Amino acid sequence: MNKHFTLACCTALLLSPLAQAQNGGPIRIGLPVPLTGPYGAEAKDQVRNAELAVAEFNEAGGLNGRKAELLVRDDKLNPGEAATRALELIEKEHVNFIVGGLSAATQLAVNNLTRQRKVLYISISQSDAINEAADFSRYTFHESLNPHMTTQAVGNFVFRKGMRIAFLTADYAYGQEMARGFRRVAADKGAIVVGEIKHPLGAADYSTFLPRLQAMKPDVLVFNNFGRDNQVSIKQAGDFGMKKTIKFVTPVLTYTARTSAGAQVYDGVVGGSAYYWSMADGTPSASAFNARYGKANGGALPSDYGSMAYSAVKSLLMAVKAAGSSDTEKVVDALAALRYDTYKGAQYYRACDHQSVQSVLVLQSVAVPARPADIFRVLATAPASEAALRSCAELGHGAAPAAVAAAK
Amino acid sequence: MEGITLELVGLQLFTGLALGAVYVLLAVGLSLIFGMLTIVNFAHGAFFMVGAYAGYAIYQVLPNFWLCLVAVPLAVALLGMASERLLVRPLYGRGIDYPLLLTYGLAYVMVELVRIGFGKQGLPVDTPALLQGSSDILVGQFPTYRLFVIGVTVLVLGGLWLFIERTSFGLIVRAGARDPQIVRILGVDVGKVWLIVFGLGTGIAGLAGFLSAPMQGISPEMGGSVLTVAFVVTVVGGMGSLVGAIVAGILVGVVESLAVLFFPEAAKVSMFVIMAVVLLVRPQGLFGRAGLMS
Repeated sequence: MNKHFTLACCTALLLSPLAQAQNGGPIRIGLPVPLTGPYGAEAKDQVRNAELAVAEFNEAGGLNGRKAELLVRDDKLNPGEAATRALELIEKEHVNFIVGGLSAATQLAVNNLTRQRKVLYISISQSDAINEAADFSRYTFHESLNPHMTTQAVGNFVFRKGMRIAFLTADYAYGQEMARGFRRVAADKGAIVVGEIKHPLGAADYSTFLPRLQAMKPDVLVFNNFGRDNQVSIKQAGDFGMKKTIKFVTPVLTYTARTSAGAQVYDGVVGGSAYYWSMADGTPSASAFNARYGKANGGALPSDYGSMAYSAVKSLLMAVKAAGSSDTEKVVDALAALRYDTYKGAQYYRACDHQSVQSVLVLQSVAVPARPADIFRVLATAPASEAALRSCAELGHGAAPAAVAAAK
Repeated sequence: MEGITLELVGLQLFTGLALGAVYVLLAVGLSLIFGMLTIVNFAHGAFFMVGAYAGYAIYQVLPNFWLCLVAVPLAVALLGMASERLLVRPLYGRGIDYPLLLTYGLAYVMVELVRIGFGKQGLPVDTPALLQGSSDILVGQFPTYRLFVIGVTVLVLGGLWLFIERTSFGLIVRAGARDPQIVRILGVDVGKVWLIVFGLGTGIAGLAGFLSAPMQGISPEMGGSVLTVAFVVTVVGGMGSLVGAIVAGILVGVVESLAVLFFPEAAKVSMFVIMAVVLLVRPQGLFGRAGLMS
């Protein structure tokens, strides 16, 4: 009888995550990512990377013996689903922190929820909006590159005075933000934007847009789209013989897109990236990260979008250690003050918008890789600098109290 | 509209024709099945997708594009016939919504099976070496492979026309589309005819998928958007009319392509505008017979 009672008590205790947290149970990190859908490959690599960061934290003894654990959820690349999963992670699973989101729309949906609930959230995909005052909160962190800094780095490298630039743009937040960034850097460099054609997200055929783009006689054609759309539109433009006279540029050249579309399709295409494994030459944290990832994944190399998840979870747990607690307010302060070098050199979060200040690589896809892994060549590295970001004032930070005062 | 030259219009027209060719292949199969069996085949897009994956799989063991070009439609037709025989047939005579729901579910099953077998991520398909690059077609450079797709479509349609107009089996098909009851009374095994027609329709859808693969790569979801287009084309042309499917397919492709010159944002919507107008003016479609759905 007594034994049964104890057992019941233990079970009740185990079943209640709240009780666990109060008793110094594991530090729980929620990870909503689109495991199913067109970004599935990237999302799965994000899970592998986040697991690696958690494993390292636990092997090093955790937070005075308190271990971390990861709760992965599929957001299906749908903002509504992402918000539901995030809410469930907060309310039912009582997670301490949330990391994730692999589209501009899903990350904004999650952020909207986490800032209401005062839960620390680190976003790991491109967005400009999340930096802006309207979407920002003290609990919002952005580990990924943003479209502005990506297009600055790529545009500064590719654009020249008098060059004719045309855009093929996916008609949603990602494409629009990239196009806006490229327009700005084109104006700075004296290049001429000769035209833009917008296509719906997830189009299967781009052939009808291509003669029109060709007739604009551009020197550079920028593909402001992502994932499958990026692969298919670049392939079809190549089929139309456009590569003979036009340089192909895309804001983000991803490891997964290039490996799934093949060397021929991406031959010569230039684009930006947060990470490429060869940057390990001269960056100790990158070579250490490559080695650890390879050991855990049968010798494979980490991908750009995947490694961001590693860095986000790793830096979060560094902040937990620095704060000596899993208390949200303390960890937010510790993370905002953290100087970290998790996988690509020094990074830190800018005070006003919690955007990670970091280097941006400009890559070119190689036609005939010497080894299967040598798919890109690093053309340039834009150093980590706040000058590459839009100013705090432009984003609306700090200006708000003044505006209120002026209104009065 | 600055910058619109005669060459550009010509090139857009040709692009639309190539786009229309794939639409025609899809709609012909859909229309054939509907006209004959009165089945609205919601799995048509899935057969298109299976055609693309079958091409990918067969190419792994038999790396010859031309053999695949023959083998894929046959393989998909066999799959289509098996579906008709085992799944659709028990539902004949139960009203139009039964097979509709069945094929709708079948599409989900096929997509999931392909996801399990080949992964959720899409796969790249290379254009055959002989058809790579672009050719000069007087108005500008045009992908050689798309010219080839137009050619194959013309051949398939020619073959289909001969089959339906010049063979005794075609005569039964035409008669069956008119009045299956009378054909059955005349002692024709309608079941066998339906089996073959279902195989023919799905086989052509599979061929369209196989031909599309080098242009857009393959993914388990590729049949979804294509199904919408196929339905629009079939409705515009008239449910059950082969000539309608051909004319409407080319019309939708060419209008979509030319719309890019004037209203690029509206290009994808143009087909729905055509459909709305046709439904208002001629509810049975351009070449359709009134009352077929009732």
